[in-house]
Amino acid sequence: MTDTDIAYDETVDARGSACPGPLMDLIGEMRDADSGTVVRLLSDNDQSLTDVPEWTEEAGNDLLEVDEGDDYHTFYVEKA
Amino acid sequence: MTDHIAIVGGGTGGTVLANNLAERLDTEIERGEVQVTLINDDPDHVYKPVWLYVPFGQREPEAGRRPLEELVDDAVDLRIDRVTDLDTDAHRLQARDGGAMEYDYLVLATGSTLVPEKIPGLASAAHDYYSESGATELREELLSFTEGRIVLSVVGTPHMCPAAPLEFVFMVDDWFRERGLRDDVEITYTYPIQRVHGNANIGEWARPIMDERGIEVETFFNAESVDPDAETITSMEGTTLEYDLLVGIPPHSSIDLIEEAGLGEDWVDVDKHTLEAEAADDVYALGDTADTGVPNAGSVAHYQAGVVGQRLASQIRGRPATATYDGKTLCFIETGMDSASFVEFDYENPPSPAPPSEKLHWSKLAYNEAYWLTARGLL
Repeated sequence: MTDTDIAYDETVDARGSACPGPLMDLIGEMRDADSGTVVRLLSDNDQSLTDVPEWTEEAGNDLLEVDEGDDYHTFYVEKA
Repeated sequence: MTDHIAIVGGGTGGTVLANNLAERLDTEIERGEVQVTLINDDPDHVYKPVWLYVPFGQREPEAGRRPLEELVDDAVDLRIDRVTDLDTDAHRLQARDGGAMEYDYLVLATGSTLVPEKIPGLASAAHDYYSESGATELREELLSFTEGRIVLSVVGTPHMCPAAPLEFVFMVDDWFRERGLRDDVEITYTYPIQRVHGNANIGEWARPIMDERGIEVETFFNAESVDPDAETITSMEGTTLEYDLLVGIPPHSSIDLIEEAGLGEDWVDVDKHTLEAEAADDVYALGDTADTGVPNAGSVAHYQAGVVGQRLASQIRGRPATATYDGKTLCFIETGMDSASFVEFDYENPPSPAPPSEKLHWSKLAYNEAYWLTARGLL
């Protein structure tokens, strides 16, 4: 993991979830979030490395950073 | 000393388990060493797959409903009641009518509840076939529908029977073709992620069939609101679709009791192999209620019930519980009014949909009839 100093408001821990669980958990969190909210998503599913960037672009949200780790990946998404 | 096993929920998982235990532990139950209680808030057992056929006028909702007392072994103490409180530390639950009940082992098989009200406009504007009333009302709309645009929107995931939205659009496409109306009817299917099904293999199999049959697809469509007056549905991603008939797969939820008891957020956090709750001792969860990542399907609840039945019998007899659930899932997928595919998969082996055939379609219909033997623990 790389260290990051991105401040986040909410965390979605989807580790252990099969695809597309992590993305759906993120979408569920973003559904109720206010504009500007930063959500940190934890996922150990490699498919998230594709799913999450594609969805954030489609939805017009900002993917601030992706930390690819050996055990799990961390995504920081800001609601537009 | 009597070991008391309490099962909450009389759907597929709870009913199969109760009958499984009645047979597996028949000697202990007869001696008074074990008591099995099944608690359900409806006197009937409901087989939901029947509802897919109701909108097409092929089945009646009553075909999916039978009294639990006819299905459950007499050795099981069946109570029609609703559990209102759960204290897993004290091994005690509270029922609305029956009061407090202590248990040694608890199995939660409470299933899914529809919550269309989570999406503004959805409850009043959309039809569904995920409830008896929804399927009946959709039938009234569909049977008189002769032209216009049908939008099927998968709003909530996970939802019961993940193949059913694909089945509905395949069936409705074929149904209008058979009646010579397909040229006057547009069919649009929306799905929350970038493909048409949560499972990549099933999604890759289904998409070309949809394209070939002129079923329009909108992916990355997460419904945010429905405007019943304008007859439009709008997604979080900013897409708005017009409809003449909206079929919505509503968001699902579990019962509040689970979160209140600290067993998980909505669904029960379990070891996906043993199905034991992670946050409490002597508690199992089955089917939709267990957060295992496998589909919310009757076959899953059926196989999981067999595993939990074996584990409980081992524990009652003071032996190590070795039975585990491997993710086994079976599913027939209707691809029209007289053809179907079939998938079988587990945690390690992904599905590979079988070529659609009339034989598989009839196999599905035959199983729907034979299901009542499954509920009785015989098949």
